[in-house]
Amino acid sequence: MTDMIQATINGLPVEVAPGVTILDAARQVSVHIPTLCKHPDLDATAACGMCIVRVAGSSKMLRACCTPVEQEMEITTEDPEIIQVRRTVIEMILSKHPNECLTCGRNQNCELQTLAADFGLREICLDSVVPDLPLDATTKAIVLDPRKCITCGRCIQVCQQIQNVWALSFLQRGFDTRIAAAGDINLADSPCVRCGQCSAHCPTGAIVEYDNTQEVWDNLLDPDVYCVAQLAPAVRVAIGEAFGFPIGTNLTGKTYAALRRMGFDAVFDTNFGADLTIMEEAHEFVKRFTTEGSVLPLITTCCPSWVDFMEKFHDDMIPHFSSCKSPQAMVGALAKTYYAEKMGLDPAKVYVVSVMPCTAKKFEIIRSKEMASSGFWDVDVSLTTRELARMIKQSGINFPAVKEEQPDHLLGAYTGAGTIFGTTGGVMEAALRTSYFLLTGENPARVEFQKTRGLDGVKEGSTVIAGHEIRFAVAHGLGNVETVLRRVREARDAGTEPPYHFIEVMACPGGCVGGGGQPYGVTDKLRAKRAAGLYQDDQAGLWRCAHENPYVQKLYEDFLGEPLGEKSEQLLHTSYHSRPEYRR
Amino acid sequence: MTLTKTDEDVAAIAKRWKNKRGSLIMALHGLQDRYGYVPREAAMSLGEQMDVPLARIYEVLTFYNYFRLKSPGKKVVSVCMGTACYLKGAPKLLDQASEELGIRPGETTADGEFHLQVVRCVGCCGLAPVVTVNEKLLAKVTGESLEPHLLQPGATEDGKA
Repeated sequence: MTDMIQATINGLPVEVAPGVTILDAARQVSVHIPTLCKHPDLDATAACGMCIVRVAGSSKMLRACCTPVEQEMEITTEDPEIIQVRRTVIEMILSKHPNECLTCGRNQNCELQTLAADFGLREICLDSVVPDLPLDATTKAIVLDPRKCITCGRCIQVCQQIQNVWALSFLQRGFDTRIAAAGDINLADSPCVRCGQCSAHCPTGAIVEYDNTQEVWDNLLDPDVYCVAQLAPAVRVAIGEAFGFPIGTNLTGKTYAALRRMGFDAVFDTNFGADLTIMEEAHEFVKRFTTEGSVLPLITTCCPSWVDFMEKFHDDMIPHFSSCKSPQAMVGALAKTYYAEKMGLDPAKVYVVSVMPCTAKKFEIIRSKEMASSGFWDVDVSLTTRELARMIKQSGINFPAVKEEQPDHLLGAYTGAGTIFGTTGGVMEAALRTSYFLLTGENPARVEFQKTRGLDGVKEGSTVIAGHEIRFAVAHGLGNVETVLRRVREARDAGTEPPYHFIEVMACPGGCVGGGGQPYGVTDKLRAKRAAGLYQDDQAGLWRCAHENPYVQKLYEDFLGEPLGEKSEQLLHTSYHSRPEYRR
Repeated sequence: MTLTKTDEDVAAIAKRWKNKRGSLIMALHGLQDRYGYVPREAAMSLGEQMDVPLARIYEVLTFYNYFRLKSPGKKVVSVCMGTACYLKGAPKLLDQASEELGIRPGETTADGEFHLQVVRCVGCCGLAPVVTVNEKLLAKVTGESLEPHLLQPGATEDGKA
């Protein structure tokens, strides 16, 4: 075992493993060092200069984020001179930053604003030199305002290293450095897959979600419009963070109630759609698994950023893709057909709003003509968790005090399998539960598949069902997907047995609980807590397998017929197209 | 994939520099030598052939002033701002060129006819101030002697075509 390193921070003794930085060591002893560029998910880049500290024996100040603690180091993190230097750093940043806090998407949620407040800045001694750069809202999913960028580089690290998308980069240098889409074009024309991880990691309002709240209010106001909402799995365990609840608190019932209070005529649950997705996808999997010569592995397609990524960069995988639409799209299609029919509504007047942890869902709802399978756009608008939180606050609803309600069951009842869709591994686990049933005629004795769980970037495992070994892989964070795909291609090129039968992919680290549209401040610790909230919801449920959902059964009896049947194919399935024009 | 003319041009450059660490800048020099600037399609093709993301290529292209992203125009007007030329009135000549062409140094006119740039010493300080127009060297330049070189092709000195 390597020797631990002993040092002191502001006189407090601290013991750390070799390589631990001053910044992390300080956290260990509850000493706060401010930083604007370092994020727990990302490598230190020493970009902002806020975290400077003093080390006895060294004449210059050092950046805590990228300086490892050394034996016997005496570190000082706060003295008048350090504070003066930090103040100058903030003033320099603010001299280039527009003074638009009141109308900024990050108002009261901004790391720069918080720091400026902590420092009590009352005036900036430097002349204002805000760059004149245009806003880019071309993706209609995320909005890039390069004027508000403090060039910390977090978004670039996420986009290039974690997601391997390479849509964002710095252009020019020095004072003129600016954030831009690759090659200085519109984001919509870049490799961007709209995952929104840039927005989730940005410390300021330079990258935020595209705001659709006003059009939702406009429709809620219109008495002729029948507004329905659907709530994605991961939203219920994250929305509470905007209202002071402990991370991971499941607020399903309160969110249904708040949506009705805001004026929605019916409230559905995307978890119902998740159960339905599993019905279709498990049938699709079992059909391929049991039919000689079928294309395997089957790859999940609930994640729109992943679909976009695959169409742009891995189009040879299209035959492996499940044709199932995402749960959001399925609920949308059924709201304007099945539900409208049952309730005697004119589908032209049904307005479907989805609440998603995701910025890419805003793109998914118009990604192909199959998203209008009801004869109208199946989902009219997709909001992020952050937008819903803002709407609840605008309404003046006392969210913590709201009494829990039930969903509209026709498209609202759900099982544990549906709820775990919101975390990495959840789709695979839910699919395995129902595949087990389809192959054996009974439910698995243990419905939990532990190997699909946790935050490892690539999870692999196998399970034996009715004497057949099913090998699966789960990947999250788009950079990790390529590891899995490489193995599939190697086997394909060598003409050997595929390494897996079934692959689940979610673009965001942690899956949807860590989605690009979720409340800010995401770390692995927080992702794990949100996921735990979903696993608890699963465990507490009456049914834990998608095929047990009585309202899904009713839907097939009354309307769809059977999984993969004609009507299901028409409303619940989609296709994919190669788009090589977006080169990385 | 069908190969375009650009892809074929780029192939030789990519082949020379691929798999050599830190060689992206050299490959980009190759593109600029070939085209006089780095066209977007050529940058994309190079990226694909060298397996370098376009984002990284543009980080490099915009970091260094040397690289041009637009065609430099048919006539490249270079005003020397080396010490001797500077003292002999080069800044005034630069202002004059900038004003008459309606572009700043480093820019190209909308019609693609002129590109204006600053250079540091062309090695003939005895002839200061010096301006070059493409390969042609103008010596001991005055506002009056520079004037005809800034006119649109076919235009007369009083500005009428």
